[in-house]
Amino acid sequence: MYMKQLLSTWSAKTRQINYLKVLVYIGAITPLIWLMWAYLSNNLTVNPIQAATQRTGNYALIFLTLALSVTPVNIITGYKQIITVRRTLGLFAFFYAAFHFAIFVGLDYGFEWSYVIPELFEKRYTIVGFLAGFILLLLAITSFRWWMKRLGKNWKKLHKLVYLAGILVIVHFAWAKKGDIFRLSGDIGKPLLFGSIILILLILRIPAVRKWIIATRRRLFQYRNNSNKSAPTSPNT
Amino acid sequence: MNKNLYKSVPVKSSEITPEHQYLSRRQFLKAFGIASAGALIAAACGPDKNVSPTDTSNIDSTGTINDFSSNSNEKVNTFEEITNYNNFYEFTMDKSSVATLSKDFQTSPWEVEVYGLVEKSKVFSIDDFLNFDQEDRIYRMRCVEGWSMVIPWLGFPLSKLLKEVAPRSTATHVRFETLADPDQMPGVKNGFYPWPYQEGLRLDEAMNDLTILSTGLYGKVLLPQNGAPIRLVVPWKYGFKSIKSIVKIELVDYEPDTLWSTIAPREYGFYANVNPDVDHPRWSQRTERRIGESGRRDTLMFNGYAEEVAELYTGMDLSVNY
Repeated sequence: MYMKQLLSTWSAKTRQINYLKVLVYIGAITPLIWLMWAYLSNNLTVNPIQAATQRTGNYALIFLTLALSVTPVNIITGYKQIITVRRTLGLFAFFYAAFHFAIFVGLDYGFEWSYVIPELFEKRYTIVGFLAGFILLLLAITSFRWWMKRLGKNWKKLHKLVYLAGILVIVHFAWAKKGDIFRLSGDIGKPLLFGSIILILLILRIPAVRKWIIATRRRLFQYRNNSNKSAPTSPNT
Repeated sequence: MNKNLYKSVPVKSSEITPEHQYLSRRQFLKAFGIASAGALIAAACGPDKNVSPTDTSNIDSTGTINDFSSNSNEKVNTFEEITNYNNFYEFTMDKSSVATLSKDFQTSPWEVEVYGLVEKSKVFSIDDFLNFDQEDRIYRMRCVEGWSMVIPWLGFPLSKLLKEVAPRSTATHVRFETLADPDQMPGVKNGFYPWPYQEGLRLDEAMNDLTILSTGLYGKVLLPQNGAPIRLVVPWKYGFKSIKSIVKIELVDYEPDTLWSTIAPREYGFYANVNPDVDHPRWSQRTERRIGESGRRDTLMFNGYAEEVAELYTGMDLSVNY
């Protein structure tokens, strides 16, 4: 009886996980197909390398933002299943960041290291971009269960670096654009938008904020539950 | 740069139109460096089967082709490339959408007021501009973003226009202004920019023979995305100096503010000379990608026009005056 119940919840759970994950996979691979199609059909402007660099950069930013929004969504709604797609979203953020980097080094500079190295480490926007990419690489490598077990408590600490990556990516984005985000002038609309979103997502993680939200949600939920409660619940088996 | 690129090649230019003819003539002239080219070209071009990309009318040039694009390994970019990849933030920040968004842009009637420290201020119409002898000028265009093109402009030296209004001896700089019409230019509604677009040149830079006001390219009237009906072309400076769709030209006695130097003064200086040794504070300017090519090219000092313009800056520290 117990076994049967456990099995049924387990299978229900996996079904749901698959459904959400499938959605994430579709959403994550579509832009790649779109990009390839645009490239092959000559629809990537007359400067396809720059366009591809910018697009993959945008995708990486979007997936990183989505990955960072999983926990806040869970905090606010209490929807636990969403945690199951956090790793996938993060891995796709890394995937597009790696693609972005590969285009920069391979397509744009043709592996001409005498140009790539100074370009990477002399300019502040590439330095922060490279750092963010390096963090994502580290987190992607250690995202497997084996590493999780091996690192134990340190795993969680290590993966908190994703917050830093989020901030660095915004700085990289803003510095790559023609404008000055601190003077609120120039081409700063998108960096400002994503910067605000990521800032909110980080604020929602602050323990005090998180506790307050969870407590408020529970209070509301209990209040509704109590007012609904009329019949006694069936005893647990 | 090679001295002989200065040579004006006299040709009858009544048949400047489609790109392949335009280019074949150019390459032909380059290959043979010809005297009686006009007749030969007429024979070489054959019937006009090529449909031109747009229906804009042609401009009669003086028939003087000044090819300042130099080496034989530099190809002129296609009409398609030049007219579909544009930075014109008054319309949009998306380079490939400028063409569509600007297609109904009203370029006629159009007036350009030339005023300020001049003896004879004057309002020019487009016809006035077309009355100047139109020359072909094939120039490199280097964008501060790190890409470049080679563009066959049509136009006339800015110095000719300035001579007509006679700058006073107190005038030291020229200030230019683009139209900022929110009804026609959706990007002007973007509040992050101090519209209207402004640019400026020192008077001696403005008087340099390389500096032109362009009315067309590929033998055709300019399209809106390229700055119709009249725009500046200063080939040794980053592209943003070559202000588009000009409505005002003012002679002043101060260094005028420019849109980009207002937005980010540490990044965009007044001079903005193409210079591989002076990096933009945020990104390197050592190399560039020529549109249509896959690799990168080394960026040239003054965009390859050092011989013509370097003397304008003798004694100046170009890393300070960037």
